[in-house]
Amino acid sequence: MKRDYPEKPERVYYFGTCLVNMLYPEAGMAGISLIEREGVEVVFPRKQTCCGQPAYNSGFPEEARDVARHQLKQFGKNYPIIIPSGSCAGMMRHHYPKLFADSPEYQEMLRFSDRVFELTEFLVRVLQIRLEDKGEPVKITWHSSCHANREMGVIQDSKSLLRQLSNVELIELSREDECCGFGGTFSVKQPEISSAMVIDKVEDIRQTGTKKVISGDCGCLMNITGAIEYRNLDIAGQHIAEFLWERTHG
Amino acid sequence: MVKKTFSLQKNVSRFIDNGQLRRNLRFSMDTMKQTRAALFSDKSEFETLRKLGQSIRQRSLDKLPELLVQLEEKCTANGIRVHWAETVDDANQIVLDVINQHGSSRLVKGKSMVSEEMHLNSFLADHGVDPIETDLGEFIIQLAGETPSHIIVPAIHKNKAEIADLFHKKIPDTPYTEEVEELNAIARKILRQKFFEAEIGISGVNMAVAETGTLCLVENEGNGRMCTTLPPVHIAVMGLEKVVEKLVDVPPLMRLLTGSATGQPITTYVNMITSPRKPGEKDGPREIHLIILDNKRSKILADPQLRQTLQCIRCGTCLSHCPVYTRIGGHAYGFVYPGPIGTILTPQIEGLKNTNDLINASSLCNACEEVCPVKIPIPDLIRRLRNESMSNKGSVEGAGTKRALSEMSAWKAWKLINRHAVLNRLSGKAAAAFGKQLKGIGPLKAWTSCRTLPKFARKSMLDLADENGVSDE
Ligand code: SF4
Repeated sequence: MKRDYPEKPERVYYFGTCLVNMLYPEAGMAGISLIEREGVEVVFPRKQTCCGQPAYNSGFPEEARDVARHQLKQFGKNYPIIIPSGSCAGMMRHHYPKLFADSPEYQEMLRFSDRVFELTEFLVRVLQIRLEDKGEPVKITWHSSCHANREMGVIQDSKSLLRQLSNVELIELSREDECCGFGGTFSVKQPEISSAMVIDKVEDIRQTGTKKVISGDCGCLMNITGAIEYRNLDIAGQHIAEFLWERTHG
Repeated sequence: MVKKTFSLQKNVSRFIDNGQLRRNLRFSMDTMKQTRAALFSDKSEFETLRKLGQSIRQRSLDKLPELLVQLEEKCTANGIRVHWAETVDDANQIVLDVINQHGSSRLVKGKSMVSEEMHLNSFLADHGVDPIETDLGEFIIQLAGETPSHIIVPAIHKNKAEIADLFHKKIPDTPYTEEVEELNAIARKILRQKFFEAEIGISGVNMAVAETGTLCLVENEGNGRMCTTLPPVHIAVMGLEKVVEKLVDVPPLMRLLTGSATGQPITTYVNMITSPRKPGEKDGPREIHLIILDNKRSKILADPQLRQTLQCIRCGTCLSHCPVYTRIGGHAYGFVYPGPIGTILTPQIEGLKNTNDLINASSLCNACEEVCPVKIPIPDLIRRLRNESMSNKGSVEGAGTKRALSEMSAWKAWKLINRHAVLNRLSGKAAAAFGKQLKGIGPLKAWTSCRTLPKFARKSMLDLADENGVSDE
């Protein structure tokens, strides 16, 4: 996705996402640390909630709009908004304007959307971050979330960060572009298809022989690691922000 | 032929554990994806072509009423008889009338999804006529008494051994063989005889050109050429959206169609049919009928967003790239059009009520939108139909059909929590609330059938941010 990137800002907003908040808080904090280390101040509005995607995808646009308006209020100043999730970023960047297409709030939403960046995209394109790997040699594999890939177009950014780590060997999946089967409410509305998909994904991960799968989206991670644990496999899932931070600080 | 009790969920349970089906699909899909990717390897060139395809289709739809009138005039002037059919019943009746006029009983048929939509074969069978399917894939599933499971490769769910077995059992004096060449030869021998005897040939139409009154038909086996030239009468059936304005619109669309469908720059046969046999000509049918079917399409056209559904050129590549289709196969979709295109088209033709939970056949991964050669925003249209299914104000037939109190109130609660930060935080313990909301949407056991439960963190990120003094402004 072609877009123009701003100069390095003094201050940014951080939208943690509800899954990070509840399930992967350390990953969220690691994202903040990575940004702050580059000399950028991070503001984390405490009244933020959910991007609204679950309702948006389930046939409840009115509910999604209400929740979107709530976020708009929490992120009122003209700072870039950084999100450690390709899916929530895609929602706020591409779907907010669609949700308000016929409303007087459209322009406001458009301006809001324009400020939205996925975390790795921001680290690479705006902060031009350079990473120094301090960790032990390790082999990992990478899972692309569909929305990071097809809505935000940031997979190359995420992978370029992993490739900056000199001791990390990235072994790619054979079907990296294929959905892991999470799809939010899809996983409970069509459980059998979703299960079939995540089982295949875990098998693909296992075939790489690595012990760690990294992703930029906690929805996928929750799904994939849940299926890995169910099979009792010795593979860990980790959000890219946490992985990058662990390997480069201290 | 609406299946009143259709349930995607039930169908999925029937098909998903069929390992042979899954392997057959995976194998074929992978091959199709690779050949397509090889042809469209230059991303920016493909994007330019796709935009052109999209604009051609959109222009055609914008001008559809005029173009259809023009098509009728041109065809009529060329000697093709044009018939309008509002419903599939009308269309079937027109076919039957033509058959009866000629007192024919020997029919051959080329591949046509519209004829599937009409359930033409079973209608004709009820009237004592049995058309022979001549496309190899269609021939196979006709032998098996099945329906197509893919819009380009009708028998994709079958592998060589299954076809070998079918030929051996269903065609008299046929030894069992898995040699593709031999299987082809068996079918060819039977079909050749049928072509010679045929009194009427039926075909579909890939696109019809308003400017010239030309019917375009692409295929790889030559059976389409036979069906439209050998028998004295040719009946072509098309959905009314298949018209394009000008002859110059054809090449880019053809390239997109064949490239997306089979990875071919062009098909082995490209038929462009403009008139019946003229005096002095040595071949071609003496009579051509074109049946133009509406079947709810004009209603779809009236909605500016849903209209994009009609841009479809039926290339089938959204099926081949769909992770859901690859797991369950075309028959699980219950109606004629499977895969992502079926997920958006079928509810608009059959109504949201009859198609029940079909709109849930997507994880919204966007793979279909990424490959669609005419840039139909399939995920957005799925969301739109989901909105309609939950709303009393929708315009699609059967709108509001999925309104269930438990789910409505789950989303109301979700909204409350997410509009009030205090509630959200308290419910940080949100975990508990999340679990509770989930019940109205789908059962928890669905999640745990192959996964462990998510582990909620003891301290939320909001808590950690407080502890670490992250700015709140
Ligand atoms: S929706 Fe697009 S990809 Fe799917 S069959 Fe139609 S044209 Fe092809």
